[in-house]
Amino acid sequence: MFSIASEALDLNRLAEEFAHPAAGAFVTFEGRVRNHNEGEQVASLDYQAYEAFAVAEGSKIIEEAIEKFGLLECRCTHRVGHLDIGDLAVWVGVAAPHRADAFTGCCYVIDEVKKRVPIWKKEILETGSSHWVACHEEGAPSGK
Amino acid sequence: MTIQLYYFAILQDQRGLSEEQLELESQTAGDLYDKLKSLHGFTLSQDALRLSVNQQFVGWDTVIHDGDEVVFIPPVSGG
Repeated sequence: MFSIASEALDLNRLAEEFAHPAAGAFVTFEGRVRNHNEGEQVASLDYQAYEAFAVAEGSKIIEEAIEKFGLLECRCTHRVGHLDIGDLAVWVGVAAPHRADAFTGCCYVIDEVKKRVPIWKKEILETGSSHWVACHEEGAPSGK
Repeated sequence: MTIQLYYFAILQDQRGLSEEQLELESQTAGDLYDKLKSLHGFTLSQDALRLSVNQQFVGWDTVIHDGDEVVFIPPVSGG
C-alpha cells in the first residue's frame, strides 16, 4: 500500500498491520528533512504530489518489491505540504521472513520512489530564497 | 474540444496556476507544450519533462483528445 499524507505521520499507526506470524524481520526507513543540501543551509521543504498518479506508481513499486523479495507486508507513505527540519517526509515499512530480504526490499522501495513517483520538493533556504530541486542525477550513487 | 491540465512544481510557479481547462483544436502534446512554453515562459524543455495523458506516461507525438487529462511532469524529487 502506498499513500500520500497531508498531515504529520504517526509512527505507531504506520507500524500497525505488520504483526505477521511468519515475519522474522521488520525493517523501516524514516526519511527526514535535513538542514543542508549541496552546500546550502535548508530552512524547510514544501512537497507536492500528482496524487492519483503517485499512488498508482507507488503501489506498482510496492507490488514489485513484494514479488522480487518475497515480502510479507510492505507499505510506504509520503508527506506533502510544508515540512520543517527533522520532520518525517517519507516512511517505508517492510516485513519478511528473514532480515536480508527485509533490508533489500526496503532499499528497493525508497530508491524507486525517489526515481519514479511524481512528487516534488521545493527547498526554502536560510537565505530566504527557494527553488524546486531539479532532479536526482542519472547514475548518482544509490543511497543519496 | 476541452482538456484538463494540471501543473506541478516549477511549471506551477511559472504558470501561476495549479490547473486549467483549455479549449483547443486536436494536436499533439508536443505541439501543445511548445505553445504553452512560449506563452508562459516555461524554462524546461521537452527533453527535461515526461508527458502524462490520463495518468499514463506517453510520447510527445501523442494526439490529445477531448476530455484528456494532460500533465507535463518535471524531474521528480520525492524522498
